[in-house]
Amino acid sequence: MNDRDSILGRVRAALAPLKVRAPLPDWEREIVIMREARGNVDAWTLFATRMKAVNGTPLDTAPALVALLEKENAFVGYCDPALWPKLKPSFPATFTVETTFDRTRVDHYAFGITRAAAGIAETGTLVLKDASTSSRLAALAPWIHVAVLARDTLFHDLPEAVDALGEDANVIWCTGPSKTADVEGILIEGVHGPGLQVALLLD
Amino acid sequence: MARQLIDQFAAQLPEDRRASVYGGSKVGHEKRTKVLFDHFPDADRLRELAGEIKQHVVENLDTYLPKIEASLIAAGVKVHWAATAEAANKAVLDIMRARGATRMVKSKTMVSEETHLADYLQQNGIDCLETDLGEFIVQIDGDHPSHIVKPIIHKNRREIAQSFERHGLGAYDDDPQTITRRARRFLRKKYLEADVALTGGNFLVAESGRLVLVTNEGNSRFCLAATKTHIAMVGIEKILPRDRDLALLLNLLARSATAQQLTVYTEFIKGPRSSTQPDGPEEMHVILVDNGRTDVLESDCREILRCIRCGACLNVCPIYRQASGHAYRSVYPGPVGAVLSPLLAGKKFPELADLPKASSLCGACNEVCPVNIPIPDLLLRLRNKGKEEGAKIASAGTPPMGGWAVLATQPMLWKTAMMGGKILDVLPEKFVPVPAFRAWTDQRTLPGWRGGVFRKWMRTRETKPRQPTVGP
Ligand code: SF4
Repeated sequence: MNDRDSILGRVRAALAPLKVRAPLPDWEREIVIMREARGNVDAWTLFATRMKAVNGTPLDTAPALVALLEKENAFVGYCDPALWPKLKPSFPATFTVETTFDRTRVDHYAFGITRAAAGIAETGTLVLKDASTSSRLAALAPWIHVAVLARDTLFHDLPEAVDALGEDANVIWCTGPSKTADVEGILIEGVHGPGLQVALLLD
Repeated sequence: MARQLIDQFAAQLPEDRRASVYGGSKVGHEKRTKVLFDHFPDADRLRELAGEIKQHVVENLDTYLPKIEASLIAAGVKVHWAATAEAANKAVLDIMRARGATRMVKSKTMVSEETHLADYLQQNGIDCLETDLGEFIVQIDGDHPSHIVKPIIHKNRREIAQSFERHGLGAYDDDPQTITRRARRFLRKKYLEADVALTGGNFLVAESGRLVLVTNEGNSRFCLAATKTHIAMVGIEKILPRDRDLALLLNLLARSATAQQLTVYTEFIKGPRSSTQPDGPEEMHVILVDNGRTDVLESDCREILRCIRCGACLNVCPIYRQASGHAYRSVYPGPVGAVLSPLLAGKKFPELADLPKASSLCGACNEVCPVNIPIPDLLLRLRNKGKEEGAKIASAGTPPMGGWAVLATQPMLWKTAMMGGKILDVLPEKFVPVPAFRAWTDQRTLPGWRGGVFRKWMRTRETKPRQPTVGP
């Protein structure tokens, strides 16, 4: 007998004596929405507050992004080719920006700019989908990741975002910078992924 | 009377180790409570619901397993079934050999700890590297995780700095920031060189065929951005019925595990990467692993299969805090391990039959469990099973109750004993010449003697019948 049949056989045998099986409960989505996100709140304001609470950096203009990158001494980076024409006018000539990501030089890029498919206001989360992320690595390997977000893609809360997962092969929610507390419970950011997670609102 | 093994282990635990485990778990528990109840008006209702959903899945696995298989296949995933640890490991090796792959990067998965996958692959010439910081440290130390969420809760930074130095990751420096940066630098090369990524799975959604993975460090994301083949080893109980149930379970998991509103990276995977995406696996495999779970399903403790491996019950458990994870001699420590480990052990149940006794039955584990598992009840059922099967180890550390039975059935003897008991107040416990008693009091202190009070009260109480109360 193959493993599939033997496992299914054992499962059926184990469950056979049960006279009634536990039913699947239904539940109201409101119960999993955080107090802070209940009622009428502006989505971007809530998003920015919640994102800051997890040490993320919400920005709403391209010049603000340029100022941040300069402050971080991050002058070499990657940008999604579809986004670059829009951002280029704000970037001075001191920057070197490439629009293809070369995986043999991951440490060459101080920042990566890619598109976010959406945001979740309740949790300050960025939603990246394969369909709109120009490169998974570019959104992960550089120290700074900038996710470009459109206001009308913001979900109010987490259940809304779950309902919209859709058919994409890969959806990832990023809530703040990569982090660990493995060493003595001390919080350190930027373990394998970005140490600085930026959301740039660009309508 | 022999001491319980877990007591022995706890007694020999070096003080700094106990301090690490105690401190780490206590902080974890306190933060969790605050976050969960600050965020939700009815947090306990959420736990009950999540428990009902998972219990439903457990009791309907016969329909959910074929369903998840079909949805995975529809998403372009190759599905494998593994009845045993050996079968699961072999499935991984076969996939690697078929691809001519020799290098694997691995994200943290408890089921691969169960099957000792890393050792097996190394023996078969595969280079297999843990990428979660804690698991990486455990691996270079040849150690074992002592907590299911915080694998190195038992280590302090000095030990970690020493092992980094030993393994050529830089001169001794115990700054956690330096340790983390060095791991970052070392591991990112490895991701890019690897052929295959191995992950576990936190949830598998039956209706959509989505595999859900959560990490904070981003290591599983890196694995899935850099390699061309993805293998996920998942226990057969990890299924959720609907996508919408994720909203409930993800909220509870992150808060229960690390007191976060959401884990930093929550990845929803539905097959290999799409053709427009340059990075990520072209091929995806899911191995559905039994390895003793159908035994658990058959037992009267099947509620434990609801577990989502959050570690909250470890953090709150007074025994875990004193004894540390290694005291449980198995992959799953703490209250969840005291139930799950003996059951997963199959024929080796008698070897772990003492674990269900490592509990004061205080009920704290049930109270924190995000899927509301009645762990204390399950512990009692397993104690019973240990007794029935005559597992010797199950009665170690239990004071012999025979003497008590004689006393309790003979009123005269009982009375004398009650009077004599006062001696215990003046006689230091360690001088009581009964070895069985000594073994028990080694780690415990008795409260002051109060025996005989009931009889005295009985004699002197007023016997006047109570006045009937006058109705309104
Ligand atoms: S038994 Fe409950 S509290 Fe313990 S790890 Fe599992 S889900 Fe968490």
